[in-house]
Amino acid sequence: MSAPDVAADPRDELVEHLPAMRAFAISLTRNGAIADDMVQDTLVKAWTNIDKFQVGTNMRAWLFTILRNTYYSSRRKAKREVSDVDGIFTESLAEKPAHDGHLQMNDFRVALAKLKDEQREALLLIGALGFSYEEAAETCGVAVGTIKSRTNRARKQLAELMGLNENEAMEMTDDATMSVLSASKVSSF
Amino acid sequence: MTVQKQNKSGDGVIDENLRRVYEEAVEEGIPDRFKSLLEQLKQQDNDQGRSQ
Repeated sequence: MSAPDVAADPRDELVEHLPAMRAFAISLTRNGAIADDMVQDTLVKAWTNIDKFQVGTNMRAWLFTILRNTYYSSRRKAKREVSDVDGIFTESLAEKPAHDGHLQMNDFRVALAKLKDEQREALLLIGALGFSYEEAAETCGVAVGTIKSRTNRARKQLAELMGLNENEAMEMTDDATMSVLSASKVSSF
Repeated sequence: MTVQKQNKSGDGVIDENLRRVYEEAVEEGIPDRFKSLLEQLKQQDNDQGRSQ
């Protein structure tokens, strides 16, 4: 998007990535307060270490690397009992009246919260942010094959949790079902 | 709209929901504290007379 320019300060680009950083942090942690702390730490680290960013490379991937490292190191250090919070969160979601498209969305949120952080992270990068397997692997500091297997396992587990088993998935490929499916998707946008 | 990578319907449903979860988070917007933090960092650098 932006051509390498010696005069330009890459730090001016940080603000453009804020919405994606925060949305990723919220989707990963399911907790706004933790997410905002992560984003704040990441901004400060990125600002003070901007000399380590190679101009012309993917700044979003670079920022996400800092973001996720911040999350995993604070998770290790503080040993936050995120799972307890999750339990409450998951219950409150499950208690919401389930009707129309909200049923599926709530089911999905509950299922997504049950995944391991590493799986949810890989799936978000690939499925929601459109990262390539290579970009996601670099961001997470793991092999491409690891990202592939994490996303595959995550998809499989989500499908099971949401009752989208393979047989149903097969049946849903028939034209009638697909047209209903896409019609409901279009109307929800 | 164009749905990418919808070769399997199960994956299609999952990706659709993933994008929605993410988009909802994007739509929450950015708290002002982040923009003021960036301004603060910039100000600090200027005060230190750091040349770029």
